Amino acid sequence: MNLDAILAQTMLGLSQGVFYAMLSLGLAIIFGLLNVINFAHGALYMLGAFVALIGYSYIGPWLGYPDFQMGFWWALIVAPIVVGCFGMLMERFMLRRLYQFDHIYGLLLTFGVALVLQGVLSNYFNISGTAYPATPDMLNGIVNLGFMYFPKYRLFAIVLSIIVCFATWFMIERTSLGAVLRAGQENPKLVEAFGINVPRMVTLTFGFGVALAALAGVLAAPIYSVSPLMGADLIITVFAVVVIGGMGSILGAIVTGLTLGLVQGLTQALYPPAANTVIFFIMVIVLLIRPAGLFGKADG
Amino acid sequence: MNRSLITAMCAAGVAAFGSTALAADGASNGSVKIGVLSDMSGVYKAIEGPGAVIAAKMAVEDFGGSVLGENIEIVSADHQNKADVASSIARRWIDRDKVDMLVGMDNSAVGLAVQGLASGKDTITMNTGAGSVELTESQCSKYGIHYVYDTYALPVGTATAMVENGGKSWFFITADYAFGHSLRDNTSRVVKEMGGEVMGSVEAPLSTTDFSSYLLQASSSGADVIGLANAGGDTVNSIKQANSFGIVQRGQKLAGMLVFLTDVKALGLDTAQGLQFTTAFYWDRNEESRKWSQRFFDQHGAMPTMVQAGVYSAVMHYLEAIKAVGSDEAAPVRKQLGEMALNDFFVQNGKIEANGLMSHDMYLAKVKTPDESKSDWDLLDIVSTIPADEAYIPISESACSLIKQ
Repeated sequence: MNLDAILAQTMLGLSQGVFYAMLSLGLAIIFGLLNVINFAHGALYMLGAFVALIGYSYIGPWLGYPDFQMGFWWALIVAPIVVGCFGMLMERFMLRRLYQFDHIYGLLLTFGVALVLQGVLSNYFNISGTAYPATPDMLNGIVNLGFMYFPKYRLFAIVLSIIVCFATWFMIERTSLGAVLRAGQENPKLVEAFGINVPRMVTLTFGFGVALAALAGVLAAPIYSVSPLMGADLIITVFAVVVIGGMGSILGAIVTGLTLGLVQGLTQALYPPAANTVIFFIMVIVLLIRPAGLFGKADG
Repeated sequence: MNRSLITAMCAAGVAAFGSTALAADGASNGSVKIGVLSDMSGVYKAIEGPGAVIAAKMAVEDFGGSVLGENIEIVSADHQNKADVASSIARRWIDRDKVDMLVGMDNSAVGLAVQGLASGKDTITMNTGAGSVELTESQCSKYGIHYVYDTYALPVGTATAMVENGGKSWFFITADYAFGHSLRDNTSRVVKEMGGEVMGSVEAPLSTTDFSSYLLQASSSGADVIGLANAGGDTVNSIKQANSFGIVQRGQKLAGMLVFLTDVKALGLDTAQGLQFTTAFYWDRNEESRKWSQRFFDQHGAMPTMVQAGVYSAVMHYLEAIKAVGSDEAAPVRKQLGEMALNDFFVQNGKIEANGLMSHDMYLAKVKTPDESKSDWDLLDIVSTIPADEAYIPISESACSLIKQ
């Protein structure tokens, strides 16, 4: 393989990796603070894509304004808010009842929610996917990077995702808001004593993690088809990413997501049959050598 | 509240149980039962699924609801794309519910498992959904019929047309399982017979979401044509992503080897325009097919795929065969089906061979441009007809053991 081919596969791996990073970041935030393994994360990513699609193609006629269409830029803002609110309701009325029990109950509940969402949407939408037609004109087309032709849209998705990921990391690790969040995770009683409403903070955090998934969903809509199963296809890999990075580690989730995207991209070029298994292979090795994950704390 | 809920659930359970028991009683004598076994919730739902049940019911209605003075019943179930689930449903249907014929069975693994099982119990299967040629070749069976398309027929029209139009060198993106390999091999055969050349192939795991890496390899091979030996969501994703990387704009052609009408709908005309593929049926082909498809559309909300139209045709011909021989015993009905010439809105010049293959005319279709399309489902042009004897494996070359006997 020559250098151009390697660079090209690196770009492709990166464009896959940013989705892993965004999704595993949301999962890590939720797990870190709530100790909930959110199996509905893939379904909420899918829901984000559907909010964008429905907002563009369906909502106008439903409401009686056939000309109304929510464009891509609006979808980037609206979908995370809508899905984030859905997530907060889910936390407030369902998950909260389960905190006193073992992790497995939260996992089962969220898995159930994922199945319900997929089931409902596959009742109404084409299961092999529906094209998202509203990619802005300025992002259509390809750019010549010298070593390859690359879709402008993917370039945009990579840049935006990396900005969002590192902004989130900065907020949690480097600001006082983040300090409160991390303190709430360590010792909720003590934080409450400082006059902070911890249950509300938990709800908002869950909403934020879910909103990240929805944002990833909107970004994915123009690249992949919007399909009820798009999240289910991705979520298992994302969980492997979280495990490799270390459950609950913010930076671990971002760095591992990007790196594993690259590894997968190169595997697709070098030995395609292993493309889907390489991540799990790495997971096994990491768990054997560092059971807490690459960035995890051994005592956590 | 809890107690009343439990009571209600018990009552519902008893009611459900009671009604199935009754149904089973009635079936053992005095009715003809047809089972539609399909993927009702997964990747192939839109291709066959609930639409196939509607098509089967339409056939029963059009036939008059009864045959030889017996009621015709349709039962349906979801095989979940699992051969073991499908087998246990088929076993229950045949042994307990006295189902006389099974139709549907999209997914080759399901098709092969159920066909073998049903034939062993003297029950006819009419497979409308699966593609593998093995259904009528190495694993052919006494009562198994393969009705709509197979992996031999699909490349004939598409690959021939592409090579004739200058697509001499091919590179394949292959779904990495039996179906994809079989499709790639059959397509390669056609390409080589036409004087073309196969430059290579890359195997992508089933349900890959990002095909860009494979597309890049295909693109840098410099082949004239990138052949997509995959199906459903994989085909949709690979075409869509090929488009976003400007592969088609830079001069390479894409050939989808198995494309359903619903896939074209999923891609949208902007992306899919110009794509050529082989199909057994298109709703807008003639007056007869339009009329039937409109009735189907009124009930289903989408135009029929070739598989759904095939279900209607299969059920209809099965019922006609029962009527002709005056019995619903598998042996005489199967014999009668082999002797009938099949012609309706779906099938032209159809004949069910001794190995179970229903050989019939196929069509080369081309996706319209957005300007050419006048309505939501106005998606394809039929470019040419592929005669039955070119489309399918000639019976003289069949490897089926039933023929050599």
